[in-house]
Amino acid sequence: MKTCLVVDDSSVIRKVARRILEGMDFQIVEAEDGEQALEVCKRGLPEAVLLDWNMPVMDGYEFLRNLRRMPGGDAPKVVFCTTENDVAHIARALHAGADEYIMKPFDKDIVTAKFHEVGLI
Amino acid sequence: MTPADFDFLRKFLKDRSGLDLSAEKRYLIESRLLPLARRLNLPGIPELVQKVRSGTEPLASDVVEAMTTNETFFFRDKLPFDHLREELIPKLLQARASRKSLRIWCAACSTGQEPYSIAMVLKEMGEQLAGWRTEIIATDLSRAVLEKSRSGLFSQFEVQRGLPIQLLVKYFRQSGEIWQLNPDIRAMVQFRQLNLLQDFSHLGKFDIVFCRNVLIYFDQDTKISIFNRISKLLESDGYLALGAAETVVGLTDTFKPHTTRRGIYLQNLERSPSIVPSISNQLALATA
Repeated sequence: MKTCLVVDDSSVIRKVARRILEGMDFQIVEAEDGEQALEVCKRGLPEAVLLDWNMPVMDGYEFLRNLRRMPGGDAPKVVFCTTENDVAHIARALHAGADEYIMKPFDKDIVTAKFHEVGLI
Repeated sequence: MTPADFDFLRKFLKDRSGLDLSAEKRYLIESRLLPLARRLNLPGIPELVQKVRSGTEPLASDVVEAMTTNETFFFRDKLPFDHLREELIPKLLQARASRKSLRIWCAACSTGQEPYSIAMVLKEMGEQLAGWRTEIIATDLSRAVLEKSRSGLFSQFEVQRGLPIQLLVKYFRQSGEIWQLNPDIRAMVQFRQLNLLQDFSHLGKFDIVFCRNVLIYFDQDTKISIFNRISKLLESDGYLALGAAETVVGLTDTFKPHTTRRGIYLQNLERSPSIVPSISNQLALATA
């Protein structure tokens, strides 16, 4: 079973994402911010990361830059999932090493399509 | 809805659009026609059926459109577009090297995501197609969806279904929550209204035909008729792409499945009646 790390400071979003991703046969690990997410990744890299942008302590962009510098950190497929819906943010995320980008609000079909797009399902 | 209303709608839709509505798809009528009834300030479907029976043409078209408009998304099923990029186009580039032109038909384009996906595949192939004339003809029964297609405007939800984010950034312009395809991609596709039940030989010859996720709504005889007519306008070395749940097997021998590319079909030249006209043409030329 593949593991997906869900990083979002909103417990509601984490719950929705968990429900969708468990339905896609992923094992879910949750983190409330980028720093917690990095700690999770140090213990073991997940196959996928669903990542919010704006979070306290460490935002999604900083987390991604740190993740990609870790040994083996280029392996997880990272899908941003954020309300930052403008082209400038998308371009910045791609430049930092994101594989895909979901603009909130999202639904199950969108998550499925994006995970399919990056070869996770 | 009374059984008589259902029977009327079933026959009406079959005659008008070829849509074959089995009893278990009854729910489709409720979900598709109730919003139309509300828009027309009618209390429900019985009243809508009554108006259709009385025979006003714009309403009849609206009913057909409401029942035949299907959700679609960019790069639907992904695989056909991989086939297009990896084999169909490269092989045709070799086969058509002297005439340097390619014609592709999307036979039921709905709101435009499929023909525009094809256009983006061609655009991404860039240099390889430099100096080539490429035509993408996209047809659909519904005027409403064709208008939407031409506009190239898509909601945030629509652009997130199947469209890789890199292509969104590259080929779309954002205006709030609406995204518009760039004019150069839009200009690659010509949209035309067409009913697949009627003659479509005027469209001319094609190298590739995408006819995906539309034949599932037709009965067997209609499917066979459409396959045979597509065969006549597909070049002998052309390709037919069908939807993931569709096949020619058991229906017609005018096409045969590609041995390795799932969902892609080739003219069956040993058996296809479609080669008869070209043979008779050759005979006519030989005896002229």
